[in-house]
Amino acid sequence: MAIDPLSNARSERRWAFAMVGAAMMMLFAIVWASLSPHMNPPSNIENVDPNTLHIAGEFTEDNLGTQVDAKGRVTTRIVTSQFSFAPECVVVPQDMQVTFRFVSPDVIHGLLVVGTNINTMVVPGYVSQVHTMFDKPGDMLMPCHEFCGLGHSQMVAHVRVVPIADFKPDENGRVACAEH
Amino acid sequence: MGYVLTTFFIMGFGYFVAESALRQPLPAPRLAWLGFILGIVGTVMVVATVLTGHASVMFTFYPPLTASPIFYLGLVLVVVGSWIWCVLMLVAMMRWKRANPGQPVPLAMYATAANAVLWLWTTIGVAVELLFVVIPAAFGWTQTVDVGLTRTLFSWTLHAIVYFWLIPAYIAFYTIAPQAAGGRLFSDLMARASFILFLLCGLPVGLHHLFMDPEHSTGFKSIQMILTVLVAVPTLLTVFTVTASMETAGRLRGGKGLFGWIGALPWERPMVLATGLSFFMLWFGGFGGLINMSYGMNAMVHNTSWVSAHFHMIFGGSVVIMYFAIAYHIWPSLAGRAAPSVALQRIQLWLWAVGMMVMSMPWHWLGLNGQVRRVAQFDYADPSMSWWTPWMAVSLAGGFVLVVSAALFIWNLVSFHVERSAGVYPAPVKYATALHPDQPVPAALNGFALWNVFVLILMAAAYSYPIAQFFILNPPQAVVHRVDR
Ligand SMILES: [Cu+2]
Ligand SMILES: [Cu+2]
Repeated sequence: MAIDPLSNARSERRWAFAMVGAAMMMLFAIVWASLSPHMNPPSNIENVDPNTLHIAGEFTEDNLGTQVDAKGRVTTRIVTSQFSFAPECVVVPQDMQVTFRFVSPDVIHGLLVVGTNINTMVVPGYVSQVHTMFDKPGDMLMPCHEFCGLGHSQMVAHVRVVPIADFKPDENGRVACAEH
Repeated sequence: MGYVLTTFFIMGFGYFVAESALRQPLPAPRLAWLGFILGIVGTVMVVATVLTGHASVMFTFYPPLTASPIFYLGLVLVVVGSWIWCVLMLVAMMRWKRANPGQPVPLAMYATAANAVLWLWTTIGVAVELLFVVIPAAFGWTQTVDVGLTRTLFSWTLHAIVYFWLIPAYIAFYTIAPQAAGGRLFSDLMARASFILFLLCGLPVGLHHLFMDPEHSTGFKSIQMILTVLVAVPTLLTVFTVTASMETAGRLRGGKGLFGWIGALPWERPMVLATGLSFFMLWFGGFGGLINMSYGMNAMVHNTSWVSAHFHMIFGGSVVIMYFAIAYHIWPSLAGRAAPSVALQRIQLWLWAVGMMVMSMPWHWLGLNGQVRRVAQFDYADPSMSWWTPWMAVSLAGGFVLVVSAALFIWNLVSFHVERSAGVYPAPVKYATALHPDQPVPAALNGFALWNVFVLILMAAAYSYPIAQFFILNPPQAVVHRVDR
């Protein structure tokens, strides 16, 4: 078998260029996705003190769950702690922008909702914020996805998506699962 | 498992390479034994605390969860043992260079030393996390933990550690497999360049494990995402060089036509078979990895079984199968006799590959459908999860195949020593020579000084602010949660 060092070096160089090119194309696709349809991961660096969040401010018990503010914006606030979500079920409207805000008073948790862009870590000391829109009504599973202790497997919540017609806030702008 | 199996294997293989590739005795073998003993003692401490329920924090620790200090000290001992290994590898290489001035360091040793350098850089993150944050908390000297800081420090280690595990498999791809197949290494320089690229690109990318974390901005996440894309390059270069080396072997054995060389390869040899199976799994594992690192798409799979499937395929599949093949390859020269049954070795490798595929394919699918990780048991009565059951059964069957394969592996090594019928003393291990052995090797690809400077610059760019921000912004701390009492 004849081995020609020059042609070897040439094919090697060609392959190297092709591979760097392929990597650049992937990079381009990812950057485009993050700039154009704003597919960015949750990254608002916003602090909250894990030791006092239940006493005062945005995440006290009666502020949790879904709330519509004066401007009609829908925000759902959830506290994740060992080993449950508070509240364990939230109601959100279909086809409307919803902002989820999660905090943890104890250890690291995380969560996701299948088929949506909701996927975030919940790190004590920070507010994790995700904007999303649901296009189908129904009950969706929202399990804790980060090891948070021995009860981790039992830590599950549900998101109930209802058509806008059935999404009826009370006089305080609040909507909760029990009413349905 | 990930820490212990890999660290001990890599240390052992490194010592073997240092003696067999350099043809010189190991410097300070006593120190090597000290490193080994530290590793054993550390492992016993870790296993004891885990089994007695004093360290249910898993291997990424998740502070503010805090385990018994013995658990962390055990890990420190394992790492210190591996640092001894790193120093011995570098000393061995420098001694050889002094004795052979102007000569290129044999590729197997150069790559092993590259891995030692990589590992020293890699462990800085976790060592700082353990020594300055986690262990003080475990002893009760501090009551709070900056969780963002610990996650960031751990991410420093988290990606590169995988390359530390992977490089021995690549050493086998480049320096052992072509020889076992009866061919030559296609390009020595390309191989060196790949190992250097692993060193450069493997480190400043750890934030890609924190894409879904709230404590980092999109800016630094995307910088590290860009560097992560480059990580694919050395693997793609390896695919080319190793395939070309194998093609050379196939053609030397009379293979004709575009694909005829594949059939002409000596697949009955375990090293060749393992390389083929490893490459096959590399496609699936690599594809999964490309999805994971894709910044936006990561939201689809983060912390689902998809990720478990990805690293089982890449590490448990592609890498560990090469560990098996390496063990089969070097054991005859350690035991002083030939393998009692090469057929059993082949069966073991096949079982491993099939078991790994069967186990992790369902995980890919379930992960896309939201099956989350690190869960002991699911509520299969829940209608949204009940359809997972048959898939999990398939996956479990794959797991059983892996257990059988692992047992067979142990038997295959034991049988070298118990079956007296074993054959004659085999020839010492040889490493593949390059197609063009006289090609000059530039000094830069014969040492690491220049590359260490580059690593320093890249790490400073990628990690200085992400770490410094915790001291500038002073985020609220979390209270320590003990799991050991
Ligand atoms: Cu959990
Ligand atoms: Cu990684």
